[in-house]
Amino acid sequence: MDFNDTAQEAAFREEVKTWLTTNIPSNSELENLDYIQRAKLWQKRKYDAGWACIRWPKAHGGRDASAIEQVIFNQEEAKFDTPDGIFSIGQGMCAPTMMTWATDEQNERFMPPLASGEEVWCQLFSEPAGGSDLAALRTKAVKDGDDWVVNGQKIWTSGAHYSDYGVLVLRTDPDLPKHQGLTYFFLDMKSPGIDIKPIRQISGGANFNEVYFNDVRIPDAQRLGAVGQGWQVALTTLMNERASIGGGGGGVNFNSVFELAKTVDLGDRPAIEDPSVRRKLADWYVQESGLKFTGYRSMTALSKGEIPGPENSIGKLVGAPKQQDMANFALDLLDQAGIIWDEAHSVNAGMFQATYMASPGLRIAGGTDEIMANIIAERVLGMPQDIRVDKGIPFSEVPTATK
Amino acid sequence: MNFEFSDEQNMLREQAQTFLRAECPPQAVRQVLDGDAPFDRALWQKVVDMGWTATAIPEAYDGLGLSYLELSVIAEELGRALAPIPFSSSVYLATEAILMAGSEAQKTAWLPKLAAGAVIGCLAAAETSGQASAAKLAVRYEDGKLSGSKRPVADGDVADLAVVMATSESGPVLCLTDLNQAGVARTAIKTLDPSRSHAEIHFDQAAAEVLGGLGEGWDLLQALYDRAAVLFAWEQVGGSETALEMAKDYSLGRFAFGRPIATYQAIKHKLAQAYVKNTLARGNCYYGAWALSTDAEDLPIAAASARVSATQAYYYASKENIQTHGGMGFTWEFDCQFPYRRSKLLAVNIGSEAIWQEKLIAAIEAQRAA
Repeated sequence: MDFNDTAQEAAFREEVKTWLTTNIPSNSELENLDYIQRAKLWQKRKYDAGWACIRWPKAHGGRDASAIEQVIFNQEEAKFDTPDGIFSIGQGMCAPTMMTWATDEQNERFMPPLASGEEVWCQLFSEPAGGSDLAALRTKAVKDGDDWVVNGQKIWTSGAHYSDYGVLVLRTDPDLPKHQGLTYFFLDMKSPGIDIKPIRQISGGANFNEVYFNDVRIPDAQRLGAVGQGWQVALTTLMNERASIGGGGGGVNFNSVFELAKTVDLGDRPAIEDPSVRRKLADWYVQESGLKFTGYRSMTALSKGEIPGPENSIGKLVGAPKQQDMANFALDLLDQAGIIWDEAHSVNAGMFQATYMASPGLRIAGGTDEIMANIIAERVLGMPQDIRVDKGIPFSEVPTATK
Repeated sequence: MNFEFSDEQNMLREQAQTFLRAECPPQAVRQVLDGDAPFDRALWQKVVDMGWTATAIPEAYDGLGLSYLELSVIAEELGRALAPIPFSSSVYLATEAILMAGSEAQKTAWLPKLAAGAVIGCLAAAETSGQASAAKLAVRYEDGKLSGSKRPVADGDVADLAVVMATSESGPVLCLTDLNQAGVARTAIKTLDPSRSHAEIHFDQAAAEVLGGLGEGWDLLQALYDRAAVLFAWEQVGGSETALEMAKDYSLGRFAFGRPIATYQAIKHKLAQAYVKNTLARGNCYYGAWALSTDAEDLPIAAASARVSATQAYYYASKENIQTHGGMGFTWEFDCQFPYRRSKLLAVNIGSEAIWQEKLIAAIEAQRAA
């Protein structure tokens, strides 16, 4: 047992380090650019040098790298403060789905500009009536010649407003049972009839959108999988979503609360000297280290060319509530001043307040805590699915709040 | 990155599982729980014959000279089987104390016997209710003699040799004493987990030798606990998985309101949480095993992390296993009581959760101050 790279991995890590050190954008390069322009600049630079989406085939703009090489690249890149965040859905979820289900010609057309960051993709799955119960979506597609005509509404679409393309699941036959009447497509986000409205969040940001479809036409050639096979295709996307969303890494963590506890008083002494504070900190520390070493186990599997076990499925379910609880605890340590959320006047520029308000979203996005627990129970422990009262009946006859 | 057990170590695990499934089924735990025998002597002898008591003892003292990774594998499997034998006392505590602090003469005298199972060892540290401290020690070492009482001592009634935490004119001291002598009186005591026996030991001018240095005893005990904590944590993770498996199996076969209770989210989410806690504890145990096997500087942090998370995981899985079984889980006839009892024994045996939470934060502070 050791934490060392193999000779080959160490050489690769050196190569990555060297390239990153000499190519990270300088502050002056990034000056006067917004976050989208910054992200695009960095992505293009990686792409031009062969360091974008390195796990992808070379023909699609990648490097034909191994899974462990991807992990090593990510680790080294994370040591720098690089602009990112706008490509993870496209490259992490849309691309694997396209590469599994689209034609060679389509992938040759669409994958390289997705890898280079010149084209941004989004994912349009959730609907007002279908979140955790994703297959209950109702946005309709009706065949008309070589096109499908789409009407309805999607919601929680990250980055819809700056995306060039998107993947989506639509209901093509409401008279079939829920999962059977779905079909999967990709589309041009600039198509006529698409209306995008940002959603204001309780955290103050607006990362998500509502997307309305009014007689939007999608060519049948942009269908992925057969008509009615949409659920199966969607599972490719979802499996990659859960693999790519870690949660619990940044923001409030053991270190930030540990440091805070040294600087604020509880009674007549620093909070860090209080046994109840120390016990709580210990609990969070062992959660963080447990996740870290579970990650090392997965990395070992990748290093050996094996597929990691199911243990990685716990990351989001542990990380998201932990952030919320730690932020809540930190605010209590600040006592009455905990209520102040003002970058100029809050401790750590308001990071604890920001996390307190953002963490409810972390527990919902990419599969709620409850869905994640179901997934662990069903796929890891092998327990049966919940009883589904909508099973086997035409979707149009499934009970809703209004019928 | 090679953060995994080797093929040989995994083979050892398979052998251990096959052996314990045959030799230590739940009925074996029940027999000790219900019967008069203080432990399963037949199982103990077979474990000795397999060489497990000799695992991490160097070959120079008739051991197998394997690493703590192998001992971790064995610990997890013994924990999984809830083995009713004095393995943790004899191997993780007494043997480790002598390996860590014993003189050459003490090692030569005792390690071959511990390796061969000819001698069972134990650790006598606790005296009163509440957290122990060097200042509160009443058992006294003076001129080669021990006086005073220790309780509870896990496996104290069946052990031949005790490592005793005592105080002396020169401060705290760890002693080594033969329990089969006139100055030692032992009384079995009732505990929460009768599948592992406990005793009160009274020393009346019992002959004893100093282990390590006079005045160093308390620090040595803490260092011993750090080493043992990793192995205890592996037993706890093994037991925790047993509790989760029991709960899952029962939920699949038990019907309520016309369907298996395993289809209810209240049950699924509870067991998913148990899986999460077990997985976190296992990750920390890997780190503990690595730190113990390489004598790493951060062993105190690694050991406390493994210990805290494994204690929490075992408590959760064992209590929710009873809950999942409903009323049947509360009956003497069902086996749900075994992990619930054992989880508490392992949780307090080398210091409670609160002590290890404090040790962890103190170790992190020490590391960052260095």
